[in-house]
Amino acid sequence: MKRAQHSHFIMQVTSTDEKISKQKHRLQRKNTLIAYSFIAPNFLGFFIFTLIPVVFSFVLAFMSWDSFSTPKFVGLDNFSKMIHDTTFWISFKNTFLYTIGVVPFTLLISLGLAILLNKKLAGVKFFRTAFFFPYVTSLVAIAVVWNMLFHPTMGPINQFLRMFIANPPGWTTSSQWALTAIVIVSIWRFMGYYMILYLAGLQSIPKELYEAASMDGANKWQQFKNVTLPSLRPTTFFVTIMLVINCFKIFDLVQVMTDGGPGRATNVLVYEIYNEAFVKFNFGYASAIAFVLFVIVLGVTIIQFGWNKRQEKA
Amino acid sequence: MEAPATIDVISEHNKKKQRRARINKIILYIALALLSILTLIPFFWMLSASFKTNNDVFTVPIQWIPKTWHPENYSIIWKQIPLATFFKNTIVLSVVITFIQLLTSSFAAYGFSKMHFKGRDTLFLMYIGTIAVPWQSYMIPQFIMMRHLHLTDTLMSLVLLQAFNAFGVFLMKQYYTSIPDELCESARIDGLTEWGIYRRIILPLTKPAIVSLTIITFVNTWNDYMGPFVYLSSTENKTLQLGLKMFVGLYDTQYAYIMAASVLSILPVAIVFLVLQKYFVEGIATSGMKN
Repeated sequence: MKRAQHSHFIMQVTSTDEKISKQKHRLQRKNTLIAYSFIAPNFLGFFIFTLIPVVFSFVLAFMSWDSFSTPKFVGLDNFSKMIHDTTFWISFKNTFLYTIGVVPFTLLISLGLAILLNKKLAGVKFFRTAFFFPYVTSLVAIAVVWNMLFHPTMGPINQFLRMFIANPPGWTTSSQWALTAIVIVSIWRFMGYYMILYLAGLQSIPKELYEAASMDGANKWQQFKNVTLPSLRPTTFFVTIMLVINCFKIFDLVQVMTDGGPGRATNVLVYEIYNEAFVKFNFGYASAIAFVLFVIVLGVTIIQFGWNKRQEKA
Repeated sequence: MEAPATIDVISEHNKKKQRRARINKIILYIALALLSILTLIPFFWMLSASFKTNNDVFTVPIQWIPKTWHPENYSIIWKQIPLATFFKNTIVLSVVITFIQLLTSSFAAYGFSKMHFKGRDTLFLMYIGTIAVPWQSYMIPQFIMMRHLHLTDTLMSLVLLQAFNAFGVFLMKQYYTSIPDELCESARIDGLTEWGIYRRIILPLTKPAIVSLTIITFVNTWNDYMGPFVYLSSTENKTLQLGLKMFVGLYDTQYAYIMAASVLSILPVAIVFLVLQKYFVEGIATSGMKN
């Protein structure tokens, strides 16, 4: 009888154990459901309108689809067409030149502005707002006003330049200078944004480093060279990567200022994607060019990722 | 005898140092003032041209202050193009997209940062993965999809495409992670539901994050050009940006009117930015330092 009681007791214990684990299980499931309910509203929209198109875009690059016919798998045809497409290469070259023009100057100017503003001065906020302002203003408005400033005969820029040279450039109307004009406006527009990133970087440098350096008798320039610049290396790297990626995605400024012209002088990659997809309705071929853009951006991102990993290890 | 002399030397030295610091400060102010004027010149020019007659816009030398004032430019433009419709469309898009983005991404960010469940990291990886993909490389499948749904040339298409942005979830999660988990744990022990924790603890603590995301989304949507450019073709659906571009195409020599319309298109965002810029700048610094 005692044994029976004992075994009964054991049975009871296991059953409560089971109950607890079952309860725990149920709780966990309930918890997961609650978590899903938090995520679902965003995830559904994200899944349908971003994730599916992203996946589909890779497939589309290997298809021929002129919008009205049925899509057909064509393997690498789009890419071999691209190799012989001079317009594609011109757009590629222009995007590359644009990037080369924008990145170093934006980097230097935004760093310079950040250093000037990284002081405890009355009114610093006002100056920060002023430099940042071009970045938040609507693109069409600034493109339009710059087009007027760049007007080859009547524009204030050329009126100013005529005081020094007889024949100032035709800017947006000249195939030689149009890209330069867009580069200038881009630098002006982006510098405030990267200045903010640099300011954040500067403010994270410990003050003790400067104190130690000045105790060692380092002057301002030496402090800048030996403390500021090395400490800013991660920021500079990040800013460069962001700049390169954003330069490769340039479209709106080009579309409004020059519409890719004169001729094909400012035709850039995204402009070419737009043109093939939504003007000529070559969805497949446009997706192949879009794929090239993706590969470039991915490549740059991977470089950044690898660099970050190395930094973490060091 | 010797001591005062040393003090004199030191104070002389200090005075010199102070004077040099003051001169440096003045030079810095002058440099900053010149640079900021140079940066803002296009805006001064725009504002001044918007009050001139078309003939006075390009005078030599530049008239920074118009000789005669023409504020009526600002009323004429409303009749030349359906500016009110463009304003309405832009406001609808900006408000609706910002609202949905804010609501859904702050929910999702809570799920991703404060709750533990199977598959969480995989799901979040999908979000991160798409942030790296430029929109321009998947806009074509999106467009085909919208055409199938018969939503091209509607504001709805842009709402669906832009309101569930991965960036919003990412930015909010960044802020939520900075709140200690213990806070949520002790609230759970006290019997608060997840919804209660979200509403009573997380939301009040992350007000700056919410303001940041609001202003960034609002400004981006307001200024967006390529999205509306691809999707909206009929005049009654156009946004302010497209409308301004249309104006330039139709009346390309009416410089003063174009400038007046440009000023109007900048004004709302400029005001929002000037009032809330602290949050804007913080948001950029936070999302920029994501790695």
